[in-house]
Amino acid sequence: MNLLIALAYLIAAVLFILGLKQLSSPKGARNGNFTAAAGMVIAIGATIPLLHFTTTGLIVIVIGVLIGGAVGTFGARMVKMTAIPQMVALFNGVGGGAAALVAVSELLSFGSHPPFAEAFPSVFSIVIGSISFAGSMVAFAKLQELMTGTPITYPGQQVVNGLIAAAIIGFVIAVLAIASVPFSFVGLMVLALVLGGADMPVVISLLNAFTGLAVAASGFTLNNFALIVAGTLVGASGSLLTKLMSDAMGRSLGNVLFGAFGQVKTGAAAVAGKETRSVRAGNAEDLATLLAYSRRVIIVPGYGLAVAQAQHAVRELAELLEKRGVEVNYAIHPVAGRMPGHMNVLLAEANVPYEQLKEMDEINGEFKDADVALVVGANDVVNPAARSSPGSPIYGMPILNADQAKNIVFMKRSMRPGFAGIDNDLLYDSKTIMFFGDAKDSLTKLVNAVKAA
Amino acid sequence: MNSELLNEFTFFILAIFVGIEVISKVPTILHTPLMSGTNAIHGIILVGAIVIAAGASSPLTIALGLVAVILATTNVVGGFVVTDRMLEMFKGRQAAKPPASK
Repeated sequence: MNLLIALAYLIAAVLFILGLKQLSSPKGARNGNFTAAAGMVIAIGATIPLLHFTTTGLIVIVIGVLIGGAVGTFGARMVKMTAIPQMVALFNGVGGGAAALVAVSELLSFGSHPPFAEAFPSVFSIVIGSISFAGSMVAFAKLQELMTGTPITYPGQQVVNGLIAAAIIGFVIAVLAIASVPFSFVGLMVLALVLGGADMPVVISLLNAFTGLAVAASGFTLNNFALIVAGTLVGASGSLLTKLMSDAMGRSLGNVLFGAFGQVKTGAAAVAGKETRSVRAGNAEDLATLLAYSRRVIIVPGYGLAVAQAQHAVRELAELLEKRGVEVNYAIHPVAGRMPGHMNVLLAEANVPYEQLKEMDEINGEFKDADVALVVGANDVVNPAARSSPGSPIYGMPILNADQAKNIVFMKRSMRPGFAGIDNDLLYDSKTIMFFGDAKDSLTKLVNAVKAA
Repeated sequence: MNSELLNEFTFFILAIFVGIEVISKVPTILHTPLMSGTNAIHGIILVGAIVIAAGASSPLTIALGLVAVILATTNVVGGFVVTDRMLEMFKGRQAAKPPASK
């Protein structure tokens, strides 16, 4: 390899590392993204002089870059903030697909009897890249609600999952690379189907790490240091990030991947008998009075707020209450929204002051002094079953202590359970008032009622 | 094992440690942007896609190269742009406040 190119790759690798470092602190995060992008430009720029282009090859590259650039820019610019998770899934999936295709192409060029050291990374890249591609597409479909968000379970599922895993490993060993592509696709489709909507962020993060590893493997095949280093960085940091995310949900990674949610069926059946319990529903005027004459209100935003695009309405309500001397804070659960940090992004977009956004550990002690906990489109993150029912799929997940507030107001579209698919006893609590409807409509009604109160 | 493979393997192992060490203190609110940022970085596969597309000659390799370049470019461009959009909102407050209040 040319010395200058090697140096350029080294600079790119350093920029990636610095970029990651900056991305993990709030101050430098945005610069970190630019730093990494600069590394990318250098790595690509340094590669060009290395190559002997055929005319066809050059045309193919230009067309490909133009199409991909347009799709990427358009997708990233147009996507609504609420749809960010599925967009990340999509971008991750195409990266995995690209890694697999690069490896397929290399493997074809080796001929019929490639040496093991050459063939192994290719096969690895094809299998892992395909898994990432297929899994990300399933995650995208589920988050976009093209597929059902509840876990799809069937008898003997764990056995089937085990067999699929064994089959995939078998294919890797067999070095039947191209033949294995469709199989690994199918395998991971099934595995991803097992997981419920609440787990998708962790799954996407895991697949992100997978893509990184697939890219690193392609780097071994092509003897390209930039691919090896950048791919491995992503594989390693992505794996750690996946663990940090599942920690934030209070579940082990194994638990997320191998189906504690398989028990949902029995749990739901047990709860079904209790569905005749009554709930207290309130109207906007009553609730406005309650809120306007409170001293401390804690708002618990959830995904329902995000889908209803109600972040501006909630900020308006909060400002109105503050004018009347009510202390308002937001309690942000680590996995509120659909990805850790997602809710902070949405509320920041609506100009909610930073100081009012409190993380779980910081605010959990304050609920007992709060007059009202206003739960907007959240459910599982305030479900006391996480503390009290060892049989529940969310048992052990840290939750917000909304149940300790003097009054709890739930804004929900219906009594339908959250992503975990389990009933929430808090909805039936005597301190709880339900306010049914779309979060944005409900908040607008409340804002008007508070103005009149 | 030849020396080039050994070199590559050394880089691989060292990069694992760096990757873990460098993000070990990330706060929860940055999990999503960080995931998106690392997502953009593995778009480096575009380098690989360009390498295989450059020498493409048969219809099969042309097709593989074209699709690989499209997918990889989408990954790189989309990844960085969407990460920037997310992070823009975090810092947006201080910057957006003065013009709004005057």
